[in-house]
Amino acid sequence: MADAALQRQAAATVQAGRRSSLKRVLGRKSTVAFFMTLPLILLVALLILYPAFYSLHLATLNKSMQRFIGLGNFEFLFKRETFWMVVQQSCIFAITAVVFKALIGFIVAHFVHNVPLKGQRKWRGMLLVPWVIPPAMSTLAWLWLFDPSYSAFNWVLAKFGIGPIPWTGDAYWARFSVILVNVWYGAPFFMIMYLAALKSVPEQLYEAAAIDGANWFQRLWYVTLPMMRNIIAITVLFSLIVTFANFDIVRVLTAGGPVDKTHIFATWAFRIGIEGGDIPLGASVSLFMVPILAIAAIFILRDITRRGSEV
Amino acid sequence: MASEAMVRGGPTRKIKYGSISRDRAWALRWSYFFLVLFAIFFLLPPIYMFITSLKTSAEISAATNPWWVNEPTLSNYIELLTSNQFLTFFWNSAMVSVLVVIITMLISVPAAFALSRMRFWGSATLATGVFLTYLIPDTLLFIPLFKMFSVLNDWTGIQLLNRWYVLLVVYPTLTVPFCTWIMIGYFASIPKELDEAALIDGATWMQTLTLIFIPVALPGLIAATIFAFTVSWAQFLYPLAFTTSIDQLVLPVGIITSLIKGDVFNWGQIMTGALLGAAPPLIIYAFLMDYYIAGLTAGATKG
Repeated sequence: MADAALQRQAAATVQAGRRSSLKRVLGRKSTVAFFMTLPLILLVALLILYPAFYSLHLATLNKSMQRFIGLGNFEFLFKRETFWMVVQQSCIFAITAVVFKALIGFIVAHFVHNVPLKGQRKWRGMLLVPWVIPPAMSTLAWLWLFDPSYSAFNWVLAKFGIGPIPWTGDAYWARFSVILVNVWYGAPFFMIMYLAALKSVPEQLYEAAAIDGANWFQRLWYVTLPMMRNIIAITVLFSLIVTFANFDIVRVLTAGGPVDKTHIFATWAFRIGIEGGDIPLGASVSLFMVPILAIAAIFILRDITRRGSEV
Repeated sequence: MASEAMVRGGPTRKIKYGSISRDRAWALRWSYFFLVLFAIFFLLPPIYMFITSLKTSAEISAATNPWWVNEPTLSNYIELLTSNQFLTFFWNSAMVSVLVVIITMLISVPAAFALSRMRFWGSATLATGVFLTYLIPDTLLFIPLFKMFSVLNDWTGIQLLNRWYVLLVVYPTLTVPFCTWIMIGYFASIPKELDEAALIDGATWMQTLTLIFIPVALPGLIAATIFAFTVSWAQFLYPLAFTTSIDQLVLPVGIITSLIKGDVFNWGQIMTGALLGAAPPLIIYAFLMDYYIAGLTAGATKG
């Protein structure tokens, strides 16, 4: 509406000269807008949407990519034990990691929120460091901390008489280790988000709750959590997507080993598709990430449209 | 009666008052205690990187106290910073990241302006669609992209695979959707009167964007730039899948494929390389923390 008014005004200013200028301004505006968004549209269409659908096509070809085999790749996958292990490990990995990231982020955000305001900046700055370091680089540090013969953790534990822990050698410990590193990397992000959310909760609500005699748990349960519900939902959803599609940490820390026990979809797809040269099978494996993405996308879309209608 | 007792009970009230502030003091002390614990947990790996980077390989293999350096030396740093290979990785990374930032800004700033100010048919759908594409992860796209690039090579002879500039083509898929999204948020927060005034004064749309919007939304632009730079600097999957020749590698992949050779792990150098690779994002973060965090939270709070 304001736009329309504007055009009328703009047209009015030049009205003295040419009568057809209104039409020209209109035409120019949408043309200009189109050319401004054209690179974006091209990029999204050619390099995101097209490959996404292309992988659907690839998944129906045989290994040499000359013959259409329908759902043959999926049939083959369903019969393989490793595939089901990867499914299981991906779910365990993503869900456990996200739960702990959210919990630790929530707790640490409260501690930071508790300390005097002028110290908060310093703590916040320090605690966000894991998120800033490129994950491939920081995972190298973890790999070295977990080294079978020179592990710095085992050196400390040995002082307490606890035997050497096979951090990346044993299947269960390796699964624990990749989750630990992922939590270490992701928790600071939650901390920042929840700290921002905590600051936006009006202080009066806590005062009112305190006057009504609420203890700390009731304040948390009836004031903080309801106020933060939206931000918690959206960060958990985001993190679920990112963690489910994680690649760097598992690749660098265990490369899927020992005996494929820590593979998740992305690392297994890489192993099969790029390293093993079976592009169609790799594409089929990575397609299994789509359902969780679709579910998350629906929820996020609902959130966006709801917020849009609120405004 | 009960209230009388309460009123007369001055001391009890005083004690209660004191206990609240004592509770606060204890809560504060516990907060500091746990913050220190978490800070140790969060900072342990980078600190350990630094400790190891100061050690000679002789000291590392002697298995002395891993948390202490007996003979600190800068030899690892000197060796890496004078090795052509490492400098090539660093140079490739820097070049790719800077160019990707420029490409990203050239695509996403005009698009965000058009989507937030020049309402046209389908603009709202497009804005939401851009955000949804941000949710499609790189791990879903790398196999079809790999195949697409090799088909392109067969058809046109344009060699993209195993060339560093392939990253200039694929990195924008990671940076542009998010940058467009946060720039839409920043542009939307600019009062409409400002661009109306500019238009009335006879500014073209391009002038409105470059002379009004970009200066006013500069904090958002800086946040988006930082985001694009750190994402391209840290990206690991695409270079690992698309580049293999040693002179085409970027830093993260270069360190992992060239310094880890077979069973010989030169941990002093690996840690030094990792630390140097982490340095640019850390330095940017140290100086522009507020912008960095603004970019981080913009995605979730502005959306």
